[in-house]
Amino acid sequence: MAKEMRTEKLQAWYGSLHILKGIDMVIEKNSITAIIGPSGCGKSTFVRCLNRMHEVVDGTKVEGKVWFEGQDVYDQQIDPVDIRRKIGMVFQKPNPFPTMSIYDNVAAGLKLNGIRNKKILNEAVERSLRMAALWDEVKDRLNYSGMSLSGGQQQRLCIARALAIQPEIILMDEPASALDPISTSHIEDLVVELKNEVTIVIVTHNMQQAARIADTTAFFLNGNLVEHDKTDKMFMSPCDKRTEDYLTGRFG
Amino acid sequence: MNYRGLAKEIELKIHSDRPARKWPVEAFFKWGTFAFAFLIIVLLIWMIIAIAIQSQLSLEKFGFQFLTSTDWDPVKGLFGALPFIYGTIVSSIVAIAVAAPISIGVALFLTEMAPKWLRTPIGFLIELLAAIPSILFGLLGLFVFVPFVREWIQKPIGKILGWFPLFSGAPIGLGMLSAGLLLAIMIIPIITALARDIIGNVPNIQKEGALALGATRWEMIWKVVLPYARSGILGAVILGLGRALGETMAVTMVIGNRAEIKASLFAPSHSMAAVIANEFTEATGDLYLSSLIEVGLILFLVTFLLNALARFLIWSVAKGPKGGIRA
Repeated sequence: MAKEMRTEKLQAWYGSLHILKGIDMVIEKNSITAIIGPSGCGKSTFVRCLNRMHEVVDGTKVEGKVWFEGQDVYDQQIDPVDIRRKIGMVFQKPNPFPTMSIYDNVAAGLKLNGIRNKKILNEAVERSLRMAALWDEVKDRLNYSGMSLSGGQQQRLCIARALAIQPEIILMDEPASALDPISTSHIEDLVVELKNEVTIVIVTHNMQQAARIADTTAFFLNGNLVEHDKTDKMFMSPCDKRTEDYLTGRFG
Repeated sequence: MNYRGLAKEIELKIHSDRPARKWPVEAFFKWGTFAFAFLIIVLLIWMIIAIAIQSQLSLEKFGFQFLTSTDWDPVKGLFGALPFIYGTIVSSIVAIAVAAPISIGVALFLTEMAPKWLRTPIGFLIELLAAIPSILFGLLGLFVFVPFVREWIQKPIGKILGWFPLFSGAPIGLGMLSAGLLLAIMIIPIITALARDIIGNVPNIQKEGALALGATRWEMIWKVVLPYARSGILGAVILGLGRALGETMAVTMVIGNRAEIKASLFAPSHSMAAVIANEFTEATGDLYLSSLIEVGLILFLVTFLLNALARFLIWSVAKGPKGGIRA
C-alpha cells in the first residue's frame, strides 16, 4: 500500500503539559487507521496535529515533522489553511452551522474556496450527501436548518460537509461517541464505504469499533505510540504487553 | 462506618414524613414574584396615563397636528413637535451608523485577534468609558469635540462634498453631526461590551468547524462567528439605540437647540429630550408646559415603536432556515 502520511518525532504541548512525546507513525493511503488508547493518552491531540488544528488553541506548541505530499506540513512556507483544505476533520460533537440550511452546510467549504457555479454546487452537494448516506433522508428538505436533523444525521451532515471539498484525508475525532448504537453503525458502514475514496484516521474509545472497521490500529499510551499494526494482528497477538493488557481490559 | 450508620440526621430530615410548614413559603414565593412582575406593568401604564393627562391641554388644542407642525413658537402659543422628533431620530441614526460597525470591530478584535494580555485592560477601559456621566460628555463635547468636528470633519467634508445637501451649509460645529458623533462615542462602550460577551460565547466547536474546512480567520469570523452571534449583536445595537434616543444632557449641549428641520447634518437642530430639559423651567403658561409634556409622551412612543421594530428585526433575522431550533 502507498504511504499517505508519515509523522516524524512529532511532539505536542498544551501549555506546560507534554502531551505527545515523539510519535513516528505511517498512515497508509485508502485505508482506515484507528487510534485507540485510554483518556488523556494524546490520541485526539495527535490527529489535531495532522491538519494543524492543534495550534488554533492558545498556548499550544508542536515540534517534529508531518510528511504529506512530499512536504512537511509544519514547514515555514506552508499555510495551514491549505493543509486543512486537503485534510478534513469531523469532530466528536456534531457541529453543523446553525444559521445555514442543510444545503449551505454542505456547500460551505466549496463557497469558501470561491465556487459559485450553481450547477457544480448542486452536484457536489448531492454527491457528498450520497457518500455520507444522508441524501435519501434530506433530499426533500435541503433548505431546512441543519439543526432540524437528529444527532446521527447531523454527524453525517458534518461528514458530507468535510467530503464536499474532496480532501485526501479525513480525520475523525471520536465521531460516534455522542451517538446511539444505530447511528453509530450507520457511521461505521459509511466510514468503510469511504475508504475507497479517501484515507481515514479515526480516534475511538471503542475497541470493538476499531476491530470492526480499521485496517490498522495504533495504540497510544501516555503520549507514546506503543504499537501500530494490522488490526487483526493487534487484537489477536499484540507484541507489547501493555497493548495486551489494554485490549483485555486490565487497565484504561 | 456503614451506609446507614451515620445517617440519623438524613433519616430524620429526608425519609420521615415532612412536618407541615408553618409558613406557606412556596405560595408566598410564587405570588411575591408575580406581584413584582405585575408592578412593572402597572408602573408603565401609570406613567403613560399620567403623562397623557398632563399633556391633555395641548392634545386637545393641536390634536394630530402636533406631530406634523414645525412651528414651535411659545410667544404666539403655537406648538409643533416635528423638528424635535426629526432631530431625535436622525441624531440617533447617525450615532448607530457610526457606533455599530466600530463597536463590532472592537468586540471582534478583543475576542478573536488581541493577544490575551491585552484583552482585559482594553475591556476594562471600555467599561470605564460607559461609566462616565453624560454631563461630562456634554462639557467635553462643547469645548473640545465641537471645535474638533468643525475644523477636522465639517470643513474638509464641506470642501469636497459641500454640493451634497447632507453636507451643505456653514461649518459651525454645533448641530446634528456633532450630536450624532458624540452619541456614538457614548454608546460605543455599551454595544462593545455586550457584543464582546456575545461573540465570546460562540462555541469553539463552531469556529473549529470552519477552520477545519480551510477557512481563514477572516472567513471564519465572517461566515460562522458573526452569523452565529447576529441576533445577539443586533440586540446589543438596539440597547445602544435606546440610550441614544433618550440621551438628554450631552445632546442638548452640542446639538445647537434650534427647532428647525434642515437637510444638512451640519445645521443646528434639536431633540425631544433636549427641548424638555431646556425649556421646562421657563415654560410660562399651561399650554406651553402641556406641550412639553406631550413631547415627552411622543418620545416615549417613538422609543417604544423603534424598540418594537427592532425586536421584529431580530426575530426575522434570527429565524434562520426552516426547522431551526434557535429562537
